[in-house]
This record gives sequence, C-alpha cells and structure tokens, in this order.
Amino acid sequence: MAVVFERPKTLIKKPFTYCPGCHHGLAQRIIAEVIDELGIENKTIGVGPVGCSVYIYQFLDTDFVMGAHGRAPAIATGIKRTQPDKIVFSYQGDGDIAAIGTAEILHAANRGELISSFFINNAVFGMTGGQMAPTTILKQKTTTSPKGREPKSHGFPLQLCEVLSACQGSAYLSRVALTNPKLINQAKRSIKKALLTQIEGRGFSLVEILSPCPTNWGMSPQEAVDWLEKEMIPYYPLGEIAVKEGILHA
Amino acid sequence: MKQKETMRLPSGRVIIDQEFCKGCSLCIRICPREVLGLSNRFNSVGYYPAVVESAEKCNGCGFCAQVCPEVAISVYRG
Repeated sequence: MAVVFERPKTLIKKPFTYCPGCHHGLAQRIIAEVIDELGIENKTIGVGPVGCSVYIYQFLDTDFVMGAHGRAPAIATGIKRTQPDKIVFSYQGDGDIAAIGTAEILHAANRGELISSFFINNAVFGMTGGQMAPTTILKQKTTTSPKGREPKSHGFPLQLCEVLSACQGSAYLSRVALTNPKLINQAKRSIKKALLTQIEGRGFSLVEILSPCPTNWGMSPQEAVDWLEKEMIPYYPLGEIAVKEGILHA
Repeated sequence: MKQKETMRLPSGRVIIDQEFCKGCSLCIRICPREVLGLSNRFNSVGYYPAVVESAEKCNGCGFCAQVCPEVAISVYRG
C-alpha cells in the first residue's frame, strides 16, 4: 500500500506533552517535515524560549539551546554569526516574542540576521494560566481581563508581522493557520520558504502560526478551532505579509 | 451519472496509535466520510482515543493525519 501519511523522521517517536487540541504538536510536525525535505537535520540548531513552546527540544531530533524569556533571537544571532554554515531557528510563543522579547525580535529583524523565527500565536500566556497577552484580541476574556479586552485600559492587540514588515532587514514574513488541510499545506510552504530565505542568505524570516489554546480559552478543541477561524483570522489576516527578493546585505 | 456510480474509489487504511491519541476529536471533525469515532475505553493516560469505526468507507485522503496535533495517525492507500 502507498504511504499517504507517516510520522516524519526528525520528529522523535514519543507522545507530545501538550494539552489535547493544542496546535504546538502540529506546528512541530510541519517543521520536522520541512527539515526532512531540505535534508538539513544534521546542521540545524533550534533555540527554545520560555513557555509551552520550550518543549520542542524534547520532540525534534536536532540540536537545541534554551534561552531566557524572550531572548531566543539574540541567542540565535550569536549561534548563526559564529557558525554561519548552520541553519538556526527560534521557536517562540506570543507571550515570549511579542511581550518580553519584542526588543530582541525587532532588532534581529532590523539587522536582517540570517535566522528564521517560528512564532506560535495563541492570544494568551498559555503556560502561566491564560493571562492576557499583547496579542489577545479585543473582547477576548482571559484571567486578567475577565470582562474582555477593551482598548481604553488594555490597549490594542499587537500585529507583530505588520510591525516587523517596517524593518528593512526582514526578507520573508508570513502568517498562517493550521485549522484545515489546505491551510496546513500553505503553512508548510511558508515554513519552507522561511528556511530557504535563510539558506540563500537573503535576510531575516518569520512565520507566525495562529494556534488554539483550548485549555486557557475554556473551550473544547473543536470549539477552539472554530473560534480561531471566526474571531482570530479576521484580525490577523493570513498570507505573506512581506516578501523581499534579492540579498538584503549585498 | 451512471459513470459516477460505477467508479471505483481507492480504499484507504488508517492506523491510530491509541497511546499517542488524546481524544481531541479534530480528526473526527475533518473526516469527510465519517470513518472515525471515539473509543469507549480509555488508554493508559486516561484519554478516550479516536478509533476507526467504519473502515470500509475510508478512501485514504489523509485529512485526519494532516490535522492530528499528536501525529498519532498514519494513512496508507492502495
């Protein structure tokens, strides 16, 4: 029988430690598939941050470094500059990359560092119990915004891809979701393009992946996926936000 | 129309790792042919995993494996 789908080789065969319905596992599987397809599993170094996303080091069969909260792009910069032949990526959540680590990601993008960042946006701080994050959308209820986020006291949700698109060093920025097979295939193409941007030395690349957090949203996995499609995607439009051809540093 | 009735669809085989599955039901939601359902027995972790209920309906599209966050499903077609 022909194989339609099997576990990618780079993904270690052990059960994920994430909650049921969390898309971290899905995102990590797609990254593993792309690493397999590009044949770079022996020269890839990942940087894990703080938050649920840190557990990626348990599941991907590549080298990993764990960083302080939000500092993954700075660590990735150091690794890439000392070992330019390696493929370096950071894998960060929204509480990490868009809150405490905004300075690091903004300046890494602005310098056009040859790293790739994968940004899991689930609109809450997941690991600490569902507090409001900068990416929490308006009227969304969290443990620290029990009446829903309102702009007067909480400010507006941060669209990180659009912010980074103003930086001259960012060569590829894209936003994807993983709620159905079509979007999953698009996400895989985006992640491949991001890593190829780095391999070709064109500049900084980032893929934002919208993900549900059923536990902290207080929903079933199916309701969470529906809510993501209905409420999050209109505010965080999918697609390639910035694509710059040519080598930016040349 | 007649041609459609006599058309033979490929048959698929879905294998779900019962220990990896956490019963989130995203595969059941996405399956276009209602092949999958939830088990009434729990696995060693305490989740009710997804099981293949009507294997004869499956044509091996692989949608269930595509959306599985636990990578618990492999799909073969032939």
